[in-house]
Amino acid sequence: MAVLSTREKLAILSDAAKYDASCASSGAAKRNSLKSGGIGSTEGSGICHAYAPDGRCISLLKILLTNFCIYDCSYCINRSSSNVKRARFTVDEVVQLTLNFYKRNYIEGLFLSSGVIRSPDETMGEMVEIARQLREMHKFGGYIHLKTIPECAPELLDAAGKYADRLSINVELPTDEGVKRLAPEKKPETIRLSMANLRSRIEEKSEPTMKTKRRERFAPGGQSTQMIVGADQTTDATILKTSARLYGSYHLRRIYFSAFSPIPDSSAALPSMKPPLMREHRLYQADWLMRFYGFSEQEIVADQADGMLDLQVDPKLAWALANRGQFPLDVNRASREMLLRVPGLGTKAVTKILEVRRYRRLRLEDVGKLCASVAKVRPFLVAEGWSPGGLTDTQHLRQKLVPKPQQLSLF
Amino acid sequence: MGAQPKPLPFSFEVLLDGETDFAGWRDAARRLALNEVPSDRVTWSTGSNGDLFGSREPLPDVPEGATMNVPRAFVDLAELVICHSDPQRFALLYRILFRLRSDHDLMKIASDRDIIRLSEMGKSVRRDIHKMRAFVRFRQIVEGEVERYVAWFEPQHHIVERNAPFFQRRFTGMNWTILTPELSADWDGETLRFGPGAEKRDAPSDDDLEALWKTYYANIFNPARLKVKAMQAEMPKKYWRNLPEATLIPDLIAGAEKSAQEMIARMPTIPAPHHETVRAKHWSKAEPQIGDGADASTIDELRDAAKGCRRCPLWSNATQTVFGEGPDDARIVFVGEQPGDQEDIAGRPFVGPAGKVFDGVLEEVGVDRSITYVTNGVKHFKFEPRGKRRIHAKPNAGEVSACRWWIDYELKLIKPDLAVALGATAALSLLGKAIAVTKMRGQVVTRDDGLRVFLTIHPSFILRIPDPRDKEAEHARFVADMRAVKELMAE
Repeated sequence: MAVLSTREKLAILSDAAKYDASCASSGAAKRNSLKSGGIGSTEGSGICHAYAPDGRCISLLKILLTNFCIYDCSYCINRSSSNVKRARFTVDEVVQLTLNFYKRNYIEGLFLSSGVIRSPDETMGEMVEIARQLREMHKFGGYIHLKTIPECAPELLDAAGKYADRLSINVELPTDEGVKRLAPEKKPETIRLSMANLRSRIEEKSEPTMKTKRRERFAPGGQSTQMIVGADQTTDATILKTSARLYGSYHLRRIYFSAFSPIPDSSAALPSMKPPLMREHRLYQADWLMRFYGFSEQEIVADQADGMLDLQVDPKLAWALANRGQFPLDVNRASREMLLRVPGLGTKAVTKILEVRRYRRLRLEDVGKLCASVAKVRPFLVAEGWSPGGLTDTQHLRQKLVPKPQQLSLF
Repeated sequence: MGAQPKPLPFSFEVLLDGETDFAGWRDAARRLALNEVPSDRVTWSTGSNGDLFGSREPLPDVPEGATMNVPRAFVDLAELVICHSDPQRFALLYRILFRLRSDHDLMKIASDRDIIRLSEMGKSVRRDIHKMRAFVRFRQIVEGEVERYVAWFEPQHHIVERNAPFFQRRFTGMNWTILTPELSADWDGETLRFGPGAEKRDAPSDDDLEALWKTYYANIFNPARLKVKAMQAEMPKKYWRNLPEATLIPDLIAGAEKSAQEMIARMPTIPAPHHETVRAKHWSKAEPQIGDGADASTIDELRDAAKGCRRCPLWSNATQTVFGEGPDDARIVFVGEQPGDQEDIAGRPFVGPAGKVFDGVLEEVGVDRSITYVTNGVKHFKFEPRGKRRIHAKPNAGEVSACRWWIDYELKLIKPDLAVALGATAALSLLGKAIAVTKMRGQVVTRDDGLRVFLTIHPSFILRIPDPRDKEAEHARFVADMRAVKELMAE
């Protein structure tokens, strides 16, 4: 095989990494380089250094160590039966690329994943070595996210947690049956056990040790996972149920949904179509409702036909339209919990409303100044001098609130 | 008391010492506000040569003893908004300051016109600061042994001084310079210095590494997910001229549809040549088949078989089967209800809060742990997710019944002298019928097969009692029950 240049390898191994949706560089402990004299800082919220024309942010250098892989997961561009061109970075190449990109302010850090070659320990060992060299030899204080290989040895996991800000293990697909069918060599049981193991390590290390009274560093940015949406027939109801289970069981910071995207050299086992981007978007909205708005997954999907989220309207509006008996709410009296359920009011708007109404009675126009669209909230609120009257229950409310088709095509 | 104070002039013109002269603005604003000068009688301007006293009318002194308190939220926002490029910002800040004197809660009225404008300006400055942190692109120059990194950036507001410490914290180990039209910032590894503005041509025009960065940018893009508006919302075109990767955008967009269609249209190919080798090497060995446990002759064999249990649907939400623990020849078997959150994660029974209570009591009473075996009536955790927690759900009769297969087998292998049912579910599991354990606690029921079953509550019951005295009493009753168990063993 011809020797590939770093640039050729980068082309192959970033192309191979782009189907992983995660890009977050947030949630890390605050640190900077003033004391170490090295480079790198994390200050809470992440920074997106560029955006690609797919609208996704580029925050981290997201690459694979290698795209050689012994697994044959049919949705994956790197499966062993794929004819994709293969490459493998050396440890030093990844370290230098990360440092050189960081010094030019292209990135917040590194998101390193890998195909599995020979053995999980060998692959994970090299990934950990890259993180170690960055931290210890180069005093690198930027963000590091390592994708963990579920079957690797516990010592490697410990070392990974010591150097990385975030660790993740992909559940791959929302159901065990899906994993068995499309990723036959992967074991859902092992993936669960690895996530459980990560949770207990994160919890254990967040306690100060008896001797030093200091906390050992272990993945301060927590763990996350990703599932592919649209590669099989799983409904949104099942996906959200799985999400709720995963958040509750393994204390994940985030679950990423990745709309199944056609890949070069695809497998015959999978649909060949454009990725279901709107569906992915609705799932993220539903996920937000569960995490920040007090909705349970059952409420979100209860009134949706076939367990699928409405693609025309967002899940909160869909819920409100199906539960109009709970509206209108008095913006000057309703609880925070209920105001969060009003379509068009976000968490920030609700916080502002609660603050302002301690001093002033709110009129509809005041609410309009605090949220994005007064037209959207109007049917669901009573305010000083405003009552929606029959508007809340009008048959045509849905048609009035559905975004115009030309706006839909933005997605 | 001296002479009558001179009447104040009708209006004032304040000349500030530069665009971000917050100290100057604050001093002037204090003097004016404490002398009750309304905002419409003050005009504000900036100039590099002027100073406070260059205004036409000297600013009035602060009246003796007069003080002024403003909310911290205003000061923080004012320091930020002073960096805004709008020349009206000084007047807006003064108007709000003046209004704050009689309306202390004004900052909290998010629907007020002035407050809306102020927070919009704050947001705009914050965004500009954030975008500068994101979009500055350094280019490397090597001067002898020394590497220097130089960037050209065009901020929208006067943010360079405010933002430079961020670059100092992040790039401490580098020598860097950020050039902007108004001001330049320079860090030599020790000192942060500000100098005059510059022009684009003062910055290096290229860096060899940009070829790699562009390679990355082009390849991380997924043409099947084209969303140009979403990109531009976050990376507006005004920034593109200073972003090396932005030159690729038009071609990437133009080619996207074609490459996405090609990917969809391309027929699946035959497997790669190395695929068969990989399969032969890594996946040729058949997975060891785990039996259903029916032929297990030790607890370890039974535990292995239980890992794949599908006798009821509870496995599908749980992490793992939590099997019993203890020696094969234990004399006493404690049976709980089901594993909880901690047990499900650890894969071991009685390690959570209730398990700790249980351990403490056994130790207090002096039950010999080397002859005890602990297990549960149901071996998978049943729960309802609630945010980041899992709420315990009681297993139903069907689940208990399905799982009885395992507990019967455990008892068959161990052949204990006594079983202890901790709670109603355990009693149901051991005796096959619903028992009111609170009524029958402390009693021993003998099964048809001769096994004696001692009935008591589950230790989690103690944890759920809110009143400390009631809790204490219940704990004592449980200790008494365990003493009775110990005596039964001594018989």
